[in-house]
Amino acid sequence: MNEMIDNLLTTGLEIWNWFPADWQTLLLILGKIILILVPLMICVAYITYAERKIIGYMQIRIGPNRVGPRGWLQPIADAMKLLFKEVIIPTKSDKYLFLIAPVLAIMPALAAWAVIPFDRGVVLTDVNAGLLYVLALTSIGVYGVIIAGWASNSKYAILSSLRVGAQIVAYEIAMGFALVGVVMASGSLNMSDIVEGQAGGMSSWYIWPLLPLFFVYFISGVAETNRAPFDVAEGESEIVAGFHVEYSGMAFAVFFLAEYANIILISSLTALLFLGGWLSPFEGLVEAGHWLGASSFFWFFAKACFFAFCFLWFRATFPRYRYDQIMRLGWKVFIPVTIVWLFVEGLMIVAEVGPWAASTGAV
Amino acid sequence: MTITDFLFFAFAGATIMAALGVVTSRNPVHSALFLVLTFFSCSAIWLMLEAEFLAITLVLVYVGAVMVLFLFVVMMLDINVAKMREGFVSYLPIGGLFAFLMLAVMVYVVGPVGPDVMGAAALDNAVQHGPEYSNTEELGKILYTDYVLAFEIAAIILLVAIIAAIALTLRRRPTTKYQTPSKQIKVKSADRLKVIKSDAEVLK
Repeated sequence: MNEMIDNLLTTGLEIWNWFPADWQTLLLILGKIILILVPLMICVAYITYAERKIIGYMQIRIGPNRVGPRGWLQPIADAMKLLFKEVIIPTKSDKYLFLIAPVLAIMPALAAWAVIPFDRGVVLTDVNAGLLYVLALTSIGVYGVIIAGWASNSKYAILSSLRVGAQIVAYEIAMGFALVGVVMASGSLNMSDIVEGQAGGMSSWYIWPLLPLFFVYFISGVAETNRAPFDVAEGESEIVAGFHVEYSGMAFAVFFLAEYANIILISSLTALLFLGGWLSPFEGLVEAGHWLGASSFFWFFAKACFFAFCFLWFRATFPRYRYDQIMRLGWKVFIPVTIVWLFVEGLMIVAEVGPWAASTGAV
Repeated sequence: MTITDFLFFAFAGATIMAALGVVTSRNPVHSALFLVLTFFSCSAIWLMLEAEFLAITLVLVYVGAVMVLFLFVVMMLDINVAKMREGFVSYLPIGGLFAFLMLAVMVYVVGPVGPDVMGAAALDNAVQHGPEYSNTEELGKILYTDYVLAFEIAAIILLVAIIAAIALTLRRRPTTKYQTPSKQIKVKSADRLKVIKSDAEVLK
């Protein structure tokens, strides 16, 4: 038996060594990508279940409880249903763009995970400009929605894509400014460095000195993902279902996957940038060596889950914003707030006040 | 051919094909999307030149914001495609002339003939930086020391442009009805509702 395993291992190693070095790197990266994407997809599937359950309980209903024990297989059943449905392409639509739009929607939502650190050193690519990369990718996610709206050749769909275009461009600016605050505090664009800059217990997280930027960032994140109360892109009481009204089957499901992947992405980013990612909140409070004080993936996951829960909570709580109020909030409230706070933060850095005083002094 | 070579040719090819698509596609929306693809593949090439800050900023600013608004406008236009195709031959000579002039200038500035304005000769012995090299930091250092004046002037010009754009669109049309949220919030029932006491009347 042991011999057989040894033989298998040596054959495996031989096959591995047969590949040129370039290919080995490529295969390793592909393997890591699969290791990130498969759990992510499972999370996406189960956040849809969590949403229906949580909103159900908030509205004193039970929610899905028929498929599998306590309804746990509901997301799988939904996926199977959507897989086997026909993808209908409207006659007068722009066929290529109609089919490429869902891909454009989900691609940035998945690609952004390349620079997200899950734990100390556990990251696919530890690039210098990680934060910029994430910002750039979240900004191109809007193409999927805009193209979907236009290519459908439907009035409701195009109205929705116009709404989304204006809304996302407006909130992206506030989001970018909020991130500038984080970069100023940490002195780095590297995601791991930003998290490490918040080491030293709950009080040195960036959420406290950057509280207004944190709120602006998270609310803009909700607006960027077109979630309630900013979901005028879907606005079922006004424009049916918005940009994906003409989509069916898997093409429709991909839009949904993109939306939920974006929710998880924004939640993780908020946890990383403002709440110290994988750092433990009890660092320095419990004796050294205790598991509560050790930083681990668990803390990152817990923080991200909290923000993902907030997304669902908002949906159950707030009524939808009127469109002109959304634009007012983005342009006339958030952008001035961020600019003022960046100025305050600049003064704080000059006066060496705040948790970053030591780190910026070194640079 | 290494992977780097392969990637370069793939992205360079994509850039050229997309750029051709911009000028040849019939539909203006397709043209705009081809332009997005051109920007994107250009940015990939810049990334391979270790200019990650410029590459990502190109995507962030041009693809993420400028082209979205561009697409936004193009999508709303009701364009007669047949009419746009008219006069292709008559515009060809002047268009071709300008294309040739631009190509000549580019070859003159960066190409092997003419003076080496951009320092292309120095590229032959370019140094490949290690992973600790941060393009963002290097650019920042140069922008805020050697080129600080030019940088600030560019910032002022952009500011003026922003103010001008806002001033142009900020016109009150008397026929349009506006809602002022701050006024809406301040409304009290006493302002809207007036309770009038009157004696009860009995009809006889």
